[in-house]
Amino acid sequence: MSDSDSDIVQDFLVESYENLDRLDRELVGLEKNPQDRDALASVFRTIHTIKGTCGFLGFNKLEKVAHVGESLLTRLRDGQLTLNPELTTALLGMVDAVRQMLGSIEASGGEGERDDTKLIATLTRLQQPPDVPARSVARTTPSGASEVACPAPRLGDILIQQAGVAPSEISRAIELQKNGDPRHLGEILVEQGAARPADVVDALRIQQLSRGPGGASDSTIRVDVGLLDKVMNLVGELVLARNQLLQISNTVEDTGLQAVSQRMNLIATELQEAVMRTRMQPIGNIWAQFPRTVRDVALGCGKEVGIEMEGKETELDKTIIEAIKDPLTHLVRNSVDHGIELPEDRVKAGKDRSGRLILRAFHEGGQVNIEISDDGAGLNGERIRKKAVERALITAEQAARMSEREIFNLIFLPGFSTAEKVSNVSGRGVGMDVVKTNVEKIGGTVDVQSTLGRGTTVRVKIPLTLAIIPALVITCGGDRYAIPRVSLLELVRLEADEVGKGIELVHGVPVYRLRGRLLPLVYLSRELKLAADVRPATEKDGAVNIVVLQADGRQFGLVVDQINDTEEIVVKPLRKQLKTVKTFAGSSIMGDGKVALILDVLGLAQRASVVTETRDRALTEKATESAATAGEKQVFLLFAGPGDSRMAIPLSTLARLEEFPVAQVEMSGSQWVTQYRGQILPLIRLNVVLEECRNKLPTLQAPPAPDSGPIQVLVLNHDGRSFGLVVERILDIVEDRADVRSAATRAAVLYSVVIGDRVTELLDIPAILRSADMRTARPGPLTRSAAVAN
Amino acid sequence: MAHTSQFCTFYLDKLLFGVELKGVQEVIRSLEMTKVPLAPAVVSGLINLRGQIVTAVDLRRRLELESRPAGMLAMNVVVRSEDGAVSLLVDEIGDVVEVEETTFEPAPETLRGSIRTMILGVHKLNDRLMHVLDIEKACQMTEVPETVAASP
Repeated sequence: MSDSDSDIVQDFLVESYENLDRLDRELVGLEKNPQDRDALASVFRTIHTIKGTCGFLGFNKLEKVAHVGESLLTRLRDGQLTLNPELTTALLGMVDAVRQMLGSIEASGGEGERDDTKLIATLTRLQQPPDVPARSVARTTPSGASEVACPAPRLGDILIQQAGVAPSEISRAIELQKNGDPRHLGEILVEQGAARPADVVDALRIQQLSRGPGGASDSTIRVDVGLLDKVMNLVGELVLARNQLLQISNTVEDTGLQAVSQRMNLIATELQEAVMRTRMQPIGNIWAQFPRTVRDVALGCGKEVGIEMEGKETELDKTIIEAIKDPLTHLVRNSVDHGIELPEDRVKAGKDRSGRLILRAFHEGGQVNIEISDDGAGLNGERIRKKAVERALITAEQAARMSEREIFNLIFLPGFSTAEKVSNVSGRGVGMDVVKTNVEKIGGTVDVQSTLGRGTTVRVKIPLTLAIIPALVITCGGDRYAIPRVSLLELVRLEADEVGKGIELVHGVPVYRLRGRLLPLVYLSRELKLAADVRPATEKDGAVNIVVLQADGRQFGLVVDQINDTEEIVVKPLRKQLKTVKTFAGSSIMGDGKVALILDVLGLAQRASVVTETRDRALTEKATESAATAGEKQVFLLFAGPGDSRMAIPLSTLARLEEFPVAQVEMSGSQWVTQYRGQILPLIRLNVVLEECRNKLPTLQAPPAPDSGPIQVLVLNHDGRSFGLVVERILDIVEDRADVRSAATRAAVLYSVVIGDRVTELLDIPAILRSADMRTARPGPLTRSAAVAN
Repeated sequence: MAHTSQFCTFYLDKLLFGVELKGVQEVIRSLEMTKVPLAPAVVSGLINLRGQIVTAVDLRRRLELESRPAGMLAMNVVVRSEDGAVSLLVDEIGDVVEVEETTFEPAPETLRGSIRTMILGVHKLNDRLMHVLDIEKACQMTEVPETVAASP
C-alpha cells in the first residue's frame, strides 16, 4: 500500500470512529423517537459514507456488513418499517462489528478473520416484508448525492472540478449505472482507472461538507496533541523569559523598556491562558456514549432507564477527561445495574416504571463536580453494615459507631459488593474501590449519598487540570522538590528548643504529637538516600520543618530541610527511563529555569511503609480516631455568648470569623441576614435561639439598633449550608482534652466541659440549626432558596 | 560509489566514539542539572532544554568506564531516541567525520561486558578506531533501580 493510500486509511479510521460514536447516540435517540425523520436521515448518511469509503479502499467484509445495515435503514427511512428494540439491537450490533473491524484494520491493516454471516442474516431477516430483495432497495439511489433532500453538488461535478477527471469518463460511468450496473459512481471510476481512490474520497468529503447541516467544520480544525503540548512548553518558556525580563527592566531606568516589558507581560499571560484553553474539552464528549451504555445494561437486566444530562458543556483538561472516563462508565453501569429497580418493583413502590439516571457536571471552587444520581432503591445502610462486618472489613464495634454517611462510603472498600447476585456488569467485588483509586490518582474525591427507597447520588470532585497544579516547593539535600497541594494538610515548624520534646521515638521510629495524635515522621533525605548526613535538619540549624501530608487516608509528617513557597507549577511527565522511580510523579521547571522533581506522595508513603497495600489499616485508624476524640485533645474556639457565658465550638466546624457593621444586617421576614460572598447568609443570634429553645416558641425579632457596634459572626458550614452565628465576643482558640464534662443544662448545648480550667458550654450546632429552621420553616439549602426569592 | 555517512564524534576516557549525525539533535555545553534520587546510577539528572525536560545519561557509567575526573565538565550530546530526546554526557566533542561503509567492521568477538551490547561496531579511520554507539541501547535503562531491590 502506498503512503498516500495509508494516509487515506488513517483519515478513514479517524472519521469512521467519530461517525460510529455518533451512530450509537443517534440510534439510541431514534429508538425513543422513531418518527424523527431528520435523525433517521442522518443515521442513513453516516452509514452510507462508511460503506462508500470501504468500497473504494477494498474492505469487502466491512462493506458487506455496512451494506445490509444500510439496506435495513433504507426500509426504515422509507417508512416500510418502524424502529423497535429488536431492530435497534441489530443495528447497534452492526455498529459494533464495524468498530471491531476498524480496530483490526488499525492494528494489522486487514479486516481480520471474522464471520459475520449470522449478523448479516439477522439484518437481512429483519428487512420485512421479505419478498423485496434487499439489494434492489439499496440501489434505488445510484449516487450518494440524490439521497438527501437538500441540493448538494453531484459527485461527478466535484470530480471534474477538483481532480480533473474527464467529463466523458463520468458520463460513461453514469451510462453504465443506467444500464443496471449496481456499483457506485466512484467505484466504477476507480475500477476503470479514471479516478484515483484518494480523489474520490476527497470528493465525497467535499460533498458531505456541502450538505452538512452546519458550518462547524469551517470554524474548527484538527490539531495533533503533540503539537499542542509543544506550544504549551514554549509558552512556559516564554513565561520564564518574561519573568527574567521583568526583573531586568525593574533595575534599568528606561521607561521605553518598562513599557515594552509590561506589554509583553500581559500578552504572555493571555497567551498562556489561551493555550490552556485549547486543551480543554467538554465533558459531553465522554458522556455521549452513556445513552448506549445505559440502554445495553438496562436491556440486559430487564429495566427501563432514561438518562438525563446537565452541564454537558463543562470543560475539563484532556488528560483528566481520559482518566475519568472509565470510572464514570463504571458508576453509570452500576447505577443502572444495582441502583434502579425492576419496572414491577418500581410500580409497586409507587414510582414511574422507567427509572431516571441524571448526570450533572458543574464547576465549583476551581474544581469540577460530577454527580451521577438515580431514583432507584437507594443504599441499605443496615445491609452494608452487616456485609462489611461479615467480610471482616470492619469490626462490629466500629460498625456500630459509624455514621450513615461513613457506612455508605464503605462501598468503596476493596472486596465489597452489595449485589445479591453477580451479574456480568457488576457485583464481582471489584469496581467501586477501583473507581475510588482512579479518581484519587488524579487528585479527586468520591462521595456517596443515598436515601433508602429514594435513590443514590455519587459525587466525584476532580481538579480542572493536571497540567498546572498548585504545589508547595521545599528544599532537601540542596535540591528543590514540589509537593502537590492536594496532599498537603499543614506545615509545622519546630524550633530548636522544641525538637527534643516534640519528636519522640516509638521503638526507634520517630513520631510527633500533633494535637494529641501521633504523627509518624518520614525524613525525606533518608527516603531519597540523599548523600547529606543522616539527620541534616534536626542537628544543623536546630529547627525542624514538618510537612503534614495525607496519602490514602493516612497522615504522616515529612521532614524537609527548608520550606520555600507555594506556586503554580507546570507538570511535565517523566521519561520512560525514570518511570520505575515511584517516588516522583513528574517534573517541572522552576522560575529560575532549573528543573525540580514533583514528589508522588502516595509512592513516597508506600516507600516509607506509611501506607500498606490494603486499605483496612487506614480504616481501623479512622474508626479508632473518632472514638478517641473524646479523650484526645481537640481545638476549640472560645467565645462569649449571651449574658457573658463562656461557650465553645470545635474549631473544625468553623469556616471563618467575620465582623459586620450593623448597617449591613438586613431583614428577611423576622430573620437577620447579610450579604456575604454573593450569597445571603442567615444570621442566627445565639441569645434568640437559646430563648426559643427554652420557650419552644418563635420570637419576633427586631432589626438591630442602628447605633450599636459591629457584630461578631462565626461563619459555619453544616451539611452543605452556611450560616452565621452572632456572638458577643470572640475569646480565644485553645487546645484541650475537654474530658471533664457534665450533662447540658439547657437546649442547644451538647454538654458542659472544662476548657482551660473553666466551665464552658459546648454548642450543639445541629440543634441550633433545627431551631432556626423551625422559625423559618424552610428546610433545604437556605442560602440558595433565599437567593432565588430575591 | 561507496555509501558514505556522517558521524558526530566524541571522546570518553580517551576512546573515540561516534553516533550517526542524523540522530543528533544538538550539542551543548554543560547545563545545570537536577539530581534524581533513587534513579538508576547511569542517570545523571534532568536538564532544562528550552522548556523540554531531558534526561541526562552518563555515558561513562553506562559503558562501565572509569568515572569522570572531578572538575571535568561534561558536554551534552542530545540525541533523538524512540522515547524522545536524551542527553548523553561525554568528555569532549570531536569532529564530524564522513566514513564509507567499507571501513566498518563488527566489534571483535573478544569484546565483553555491557559495552558489547551498546556498540554496533567500529569504523577504521586513518589514525584510529571509532566506536559506533547504538543510540537506542545506550538510552535504555534496563538496569533495575537499586531501590526496588533494597527496599525491605
